Amino acid sequence: MGTISVLLVAKVMPYLEQELEKRYKLFRGIDPSQRAAIVRDHSASIRAVVASSSGGPDAALIEALPKLEIVSSFSVGVDKIDLEKCKEKGIRVTNTPDVLTDEVADLTIGLILAVLRRICECDRYVRSGNWKKGDYKLTTKFSGKTVGILGLGRIGAAVAKRAEGFDCKICYYSRNEKPDSKYKYYPTVVELASNCDVLVVACPLTPETHHIINREVINALGPKGVLINIGRGKHVDEPELVSALLEGRLGGAGLDVFENEPHVPEELFGLENVVLLPHVGSATVETRTAMANLALDNLEAHFLGKPLLTPLF
Amino acid sequence: MEEEKEVEPPQQPNHHNQDLPQVLVLGSPTCLQTLKQLYSHKFRFLIPNTSLHSLSAPLSSISVVICSASFPLTASVIGLLPSLRLVVTTSAGTDHIDLNECRCRGIQIAGAGKFFSDEVADMAVGLLIDVMRKVSAADRFVRTSCESATWSFPLGYKVSGKRIGIVGLGSIGMEVAKRLECFGCNILYHSKHKKSTVPYPFYNNVLDLAATSNALVLCCALNEETRHMVNREVMLALGKEGFIVNVGRGGLIDEKQLVKCLMDGEIGGAALDVFEDEPNVPKELLSMDNVVLTPHCAAFTTECIIKLCEVVARNIEAFLSDMPLITQVNIG
Repeated sequence: MGTISVLLVAKVMPYLEQELEKRYKLFRGIDPSQRAAIVRDHSASIRAVVASSSGGPDAALIEALPKLEIVSSFSVGVDKIDLEKCKEKGIRVTNTPDVLTDEVADLTIGLILAVLRRICECDRYVRSGNWKKGDYKLTTKFSGKTVGILGLGRIGAAVAKRAEGFDCKICYYSRNEKPDSKYKYYPTVVELASNCDVLVVACPLTPETHHIINREVINALGPKGVLINIGRGKHVDEPELVSALLEGRLGGAGLDVFENEPHVPEELFGLENVVLLPHVGSATVETRTAMANLALDNLEAHFLGKPLLTPLF
Repeated sequence: MEEEKEVEPPQQPNHHNQDLPQVLVLGSPTCLQTLKQLYSHKFRFLIPNTSLHSLSAPLSSISVVICSASFPLTASVIGLLPSLRLVVTTSAGTDHIDLNECRCRGIQIAGAGKFFSDEVADMAVGLLIDVMRKVSAADRFVRTSCESATWSFPLGYKVSGKRIGIVGLGSIGMEVAKRLECFGCNILYHSKHKKSTVPYPFYNNVLDLAATSNALVLCCALNEETRHMVNREVMLALGKEGFIVNVGRGGLIDEKQLVKCLMDGEIGGAALDVFEDEPNVPKELLSMDNVVLTPHCAAFTTECIIKLCEVVARNIEAFLSDMPLITQVNIG
């Protein structure tokens, strides 16, 4: 298999890169000019692309690789991959679901608590010496609050299960109501936002869910409401979010993702009711290794003619 | 903290006010503002400006004291209050009160009971996730890192499915266990006595618990037996990828050894809401990325403060009506 050409288009963990290097003829095309040079010289041999949440093959790249058979993504979200183009050309696409579900759900609860209980702010308060001048102010209780989940898929359901341990009431919005679910369903995102204290974005990014969190939803969530985004930055109209937070129309936000990572709106840096994370939803040693193995196993299965483990199609 | 935060103007003589039962308030409890707002029509709160002797009312007339967790209610202070019959502490803990002296004098004690177990358990879980997943460190990183092409931030440790050793399975410990079970964690515990009604594996000492846990969550009371129970040996047993969360009392951990173990990389990290000498925090911790430091605020939400004021008031009313206290602390 060392002769199979694989193109890497996004930064991935060192373990994955090393294994790809060992098993295949690996071309590193993370930098756009490097990628252009590789495409120019090796387009006829590349049979696989490895992508991640920060980068994937667009239509132009797919068109430029006539021998492309499979895209293996080191992520569960595949919004950076032109899926329509892949389908059109019969290219298989795999991702890494399930292995990171718990991880992302854990972080979601961590974000909620960090925002409501001001944990990061409290930590800053102690480190700056302010505790010697007086106690930190009162914060907001999490237990017993209502959590609204936008997208009750694997991750959404895992968040709900954890929130139930805090005696939270759970409600959700989904494209279709889930008849087996014990949670309360709202047919629109605005209604969901109006009826919860904490709104968690946990759905895939598609053209339909782009900017699904808009001004109307943010206003419905309100001055005591908290938005938690562990989906994709583009789920949220970011300038609207920033102005709502600055004007006090939204109570707080916990954000693991942004519209143009790694760029974060600077206006958020001075706010004590936001927590800002560098897209670390799945960032643990255990989970990233499991994701890498899944991405590798999918590639191996494909080239051995065996069934793919986690294909999208 | 010992210093009073506000200077209380001398109470104006007022016929109605003079009839109200006097309550001496020691230590500037966080709930004081709310207490005054809600209950000044029921009680005459006496708040010393500087020392106890600055009070306008004679100390010999005081029978009820409200005391915060940061005010050491020592035998000598109790000795200044010959008519003292009831102490209401605004904390669940009673390690700041000379219980022996109270027992000898026949003074009753009421605490905050289980009223903020939820809040403290919430915070304990928040602190555990923060230190294992590096939430506060990551937030700092985002706010201070220069713009670059990609983010490069170290990986954290998974929380779900881990073995969590709870030290002290009282009301708070049980609430922590209940929450972490929903994360698929394996709950283990050490308590003074095994609890037969509880399904979790029991360890009769902290060392064995630490050796088999990925993280320890300290939720027990501070007393002679539990002081410095988390010592160097326990921390070494917990190990380089082990974590400690402390929402009990600072004195449960040998703080000097904790600093040394953290500096030497002998444990993975620590999340601390309490310290041996609050509000002082060992300066070595202030620059570490694998610690989370919060200012003894695990209980303090707006919702909780109102509940706490109610508990305090109801205990005083019960005492004044010669009824059983609502949240009496058994001091033998």
